[in-house]
Amino acid sequence: MIAMKINGISRQFHGDPNMPLLWYVRDELGLTGSKFGCGMALCGACTMHVGGDAVRSCVTPVSVADGKEVTTIEGLDPNGNHPVQRAWRAHNVPQCGYCQSGQIMSAAALLDRNPDPSDDEIVSGMAGNICRCGTYQRIFAAVRTAAQEA
Amino acid sequence: MAGVQNISRRDFLKHTGATGALVLGAHVVPGSMIAAVQAQAQATGQSVQPNLFVAISDDGAVTITCSRSEMGQGVRTGIPMILADEMEADWHRVAIWQAPGDETKYDPAGKDGQNTDGSRSTRHHLDVMRELGAAGRYVLEQAAAKKWGVDAGEVYAKHHRLYHTATGRSFDFGEVVDAAADVKVPDGDGAPKLKDPSQWKYIGRDMPVVDNYDMSTGGANFGADATIPGMKIAVVARSPVYRGKVKSFDATEALEVQGVEQVVEIPALPDDAPAEFHALGGVAVVGTNTWSVLEGRKKLRIEWDDGPNTAHDSGTYDDRLRAAARAGGHVIRDRGNVDEAFTAADEVLEAEYFVPYFIHTPMEPPAALVDANVRPVRIITSTQSPNETRQYVAKALGIEKTDVECQVTLLGGGFGRKSKPDFACEAAILSKMVGAPVRVQWTREDEIRNGYYHAASAHGLKAGLDASGKVTAWHHTGAWPSLIALWAPAAKTGHAIEYGLGLIDTPYNEVPNLRIENGEADAMIRVGWYRSVNNIQHAFAMNCFANELAAAAGRDPVEFLLELIGDAEVMDLTEDGVLEHWNYGDPVEDWPIMPKRLSNVLRTVAAKSGYGKTLPRGHGLGLAVHRSFHSYVATAVHVVVHDDGTFRIPQVDTAIDCGRYVNPEGVRKQIEGAAIYGNSVAQFGKITTSKGAVVQSNFHDYPITRMNNAPLDVRVHIVEDFVHLRPCGVGEPGVPPYAPALVNAIHDATGKRIRTLPIGDQLKSA
Repeated sequence: MIAMKINGISRQFHGDPNMPLLWYVRDELGLTGSKFGCGMALCGACTMHVGGDAVRSCVTPVSVADGKEVTTIEGLDPNGNHPVQRAWRAHNVPQCGYCQSGQIMSAAALLDRNPDPSDDEIVSGMAGNICRCGTYQRIFAAVRTAAQEA
Repeated sequence: MAGVQNISRRDFLKHTGATGALVLGAHVVPGSMIAAVQAQAQATGQSVQPNLFVAISDDGAVTITCSRSEMGQGVRTGIPMILADEMEADWHRVAIWQAPGDETKYDPAGKDGQNTDGSRSTRHHLDVMRELGAAGRYVLEQAAAKKWGVDAGEVYAKHHRLYHTATGRSFDFGEVVDAAADVKVPDGDGAPKLKDPSQWKYIGRDMPVVDNYDMSTGGANFGADATIPGMKIAVVARSPVYRGKVKSFDATEALEVQGVEQVVEIPALPDDAPAEFHALGGVAVVGTNTWSVLEGRKKLRIEWDDGPNTAHDSGTYDDRLRAAARAGGHVIRDRGNVDEAFTAADEVLEAEYFVPYFIHTPMEPPAALVDANVRPVRIITSTQSPNETRQYVAKALGIEKTDVECQVTLLGGGFGRKSKPDFACEAAILSKMVGAPVRVQWTREDEIRNGYYHAASAHGLKAGLDASGKVTAWHHTGAWPSLIALWAPAAKTGHAIEYGLGLIDTPYNEVPNLRIENGEADAMIRVGWYRSVNNIQHAFAMNCFANELAAAAGRDPVEFLLELIGDAEVMDLTEDGVLEHWNYGDPVEDWPIMPKRLSNVLRTVAAKSGYGKTLPRGHGLGLAVHRSFHSYVATAVHVVVHDDGTFRIPQVDTAIDCGRYVNPEGVRKQIEGAAIYGNSVAQFGKITTSKGAVVQSNFHDYPITRMNNAPLDVRVHIVEDFVHLRPCGVGEPGVPPYAPALVNAIHDATGKRIRTLPIGDQLKSA
C-alpha cells in the first residue's frame, strides 16, 4: 500500500506500484488537468510536484510518491490564482491549452526554487516543456511577470 | 444569406437551463427570402430546423453557439465576438456553447459542414455572424418597443440595454425576453441593419480567449479527458507498415496484466478499399485503465503481414521523388514559352529542393470515446470535423449517420490530424465488440508511426536571366505523393487542391515565361494535410530559389523579389491557361490573387526588420513572402550563426495582410505560433521510412522546437488594409514563409545554401 497526500487529501493506492503517477491521478482519481503527451518525460505535459519538486508524472511510479505530498495543477491554488496562473492569463498565453498545466507546474516549481531567475535560467528551466502551438514567447514573458509579482 | 428565425422555447433551452429565454436560429437558404422559410416552417410544422446561434435568458445571460472546433486558434472567442458586437451584448455576460456535429443545424454559413480546416472560419462566418447578431438586436429592440408601446424606431440597443430615445427609459436585455418570443425577423429590405464598422466595439479589438481560466487551472476538457460511466480504455497495436495486416497474434501474456480485460482484433480494410478515414486495423487491448492496457500491449505477440508497401524506404523513395521532379510531365500552368526563353537567356540557373515527410504531433495525441451500444451512438472526441466523424463511425458500424451524435471537446492541437476520424472509428468498432463505451488512446509513438503524413516533396527549379539580371523564364516542377490517394490509391499526380496550395498560383507575375509542372509519385503511406499543407514546400522552393537567383545576378534579394512579384492589382491565372484554380474553395472574384498586396507585406517587413543595415559577422537577415489561404505574409528572420554551426534567432518580424480581422490579439498569437511551427519544420522536421515502417517514434527522434531553440521575439505587423476588407485565413498562412526566410538568413550569415530540409546539422558539417 502506498500512502500519499494529493492536493492535501490523503490517498491510499493498492495497485501496481509501478503504475505512473499520471495514470493513477487521471484514471483513478479523475484529476484530468495533468496531461499525457509522450510517456517518456520528453514533453512535460504531465508535470506535477512531488515533495515540492517538478516531476514528469508519466514516468514517475506511484511508489516514488509514498509518504509525500503531491500537487497537481488542480491543487496549485484553491482559486486558480497562483502568481504563475495569474501571469498566464495576463499574458493571454494559452492557445490549445493542452500543455499549459504542465508549463504552469514547471514554472511554479522553477520560481519556488529560484524566485528571481535570469533570462537564461527561465529558458533552461522551461526547455523541458513542449508547446506545439508555439506559445513560448508568452510563456517566457509570463514567467518573468510571475517572478516580479510573487 | 441567412434567414433568421425566432425559435424561442425550443431545443436550445435544455442547454441554457433558463426558465424563460429568447432563442434565435437561422436557416440557411442561399438567396432565399425569410418569408419563404417561414411559410415552409408553418406548413410543415418544425421540419425546417434552423441553426441555433444565440439564446438570451430572462436574467440577461447570453449564450452564443460556437459551431467550430477550438484547437488553439481562438475560434471560440473570435466567432462569438462578431455576434456579440452586432447584437450590442456585453461580452462579460456572454457564455459560449459548443455545438455538437449537425450540419443541418450548426453550419450558419452553409459552407463547411462544421469542418474546422483550411483557415476559413472567420472568412466564412464574418458576414453570417454579423447578420445573426443584428437579428438578435432587432428582436430585442422590437420587444422593448412593444413593452413601452412606442415605435421601434425610437428604441436602440447599447451594451446589453435597450433605450427609449425620447424618455431615456431603459431595459436590460433580460427584461424584454418575455415580449421577444413572437417577434419575427424580416428579410429583404426590412432586414435588420448591420452596424457601421465604425460602431464596432469588439470586432477589430484585442480580446483574451474565453478559455483562459480553464486552461490555466486544469479545468479545460479535451477528448482524452472524456468519460462515460462504465467505459473501458483501449490502445491498439497497428501494423508498422501502411496497409500491413495481422497474420496471427498471441494475447496470453497481455491478458495476464492486471486491469487488462480483453484483447480483440480490429479487422483491416479489404486490400482494395481506400484508406480514407477508416480504422487501420490491428490488435486492441481493452481494460480498466490506461497503464494496464499500455503494459498489456507491450506483451502482445503479433505476426504481421507487412503488405504492399515494404519497398517504401526513404533512401530510394526520396531519390525517386527527385527524379520525378527533374522529369516533370504534367504541365499545370504555362505562360509564354519557357524553352525559347531559356535558349535566349544570358544565364540559366537550376537548383533542386527537398522537403521531407512531417507528422502533426498535436500535444494531445488522438483520443476518442464512443458508446456504440446506444442509439444514437455517442461520440465524445477532439475532432476538427464532427460530421465526418459521424459519417465514418456510421460506416464502421453499418448504421446511418443520423443515428450517430458527436460531441466536440477542446482539441489539444489539431493541425489537420484531427480532421481525420480514424481514431473515432477504432473506438466505435471496439465499443460494439466489447459491449461498453470505449475510449481509444493513441500514444505518441502511435501518432508518429501511424499517422497521416505531410507529403515529402522534391522540386526542380530552373530560371533564365537576361544580361541585366532580370528573370525571363521560371520553371518549377514539383513531385510529391498526393493526399488524394486516400480516396484513389493509384493516384500518381497531385490534385487541384494541392496545386492551389501555393504552386499553380506562384506569384511571380512579372516573369514573362513561366511553366509549372507536376511529376508523378506513388503514395506508399497515408498522406494527409498538415498546417498550411503543400504551401510549406512550394514557398520554400520558390523563395530559396529567388534568393539564389538574386545572389547570382548580384542583386538585392528584396528588390529582386519585388521585381518578380510586381504591383499588379490582380494576377489572373486564366491568362496562363489555368482552367481549374481551386483558390481555397472560394470564388476568385471575391478572393483574387493580388500581387501588390504581396509586395506590400514584403516592403513592410523589410522596413520593420531593419533590412539593409550592415550586420555584424555571423549575423544574417533573410526574407520570404507567400500568399496562402488568401492572406499575404512576409517574414524576416534574423539569425546568428556561431562558429560551431549552432545558431540562434534573436528576432523574427512577420507582416500579415489578412484583410479584415476580428481579434488582433488572436492574429498575433497565430503568427507567433506559426513562427515556432515553421521553426520545427525548418530545423527538425523529418519523418523517414525503412522497409515501409516509420523510423521515428517520439520527441527524442522527432524533435519539436523548445524554448531553448525557439525565437522568443516574434514581432507581428498586421497590415491594415482598408481597401480589401474581406477576411482571409490566419491559422495557417504564417507557417510557409518561415523556413525559407531562415534558410535565406543563414545564407546571408554564412554563404551556405540549404536546399534540403530540415537544416538539422547541415551547418555543423560545414
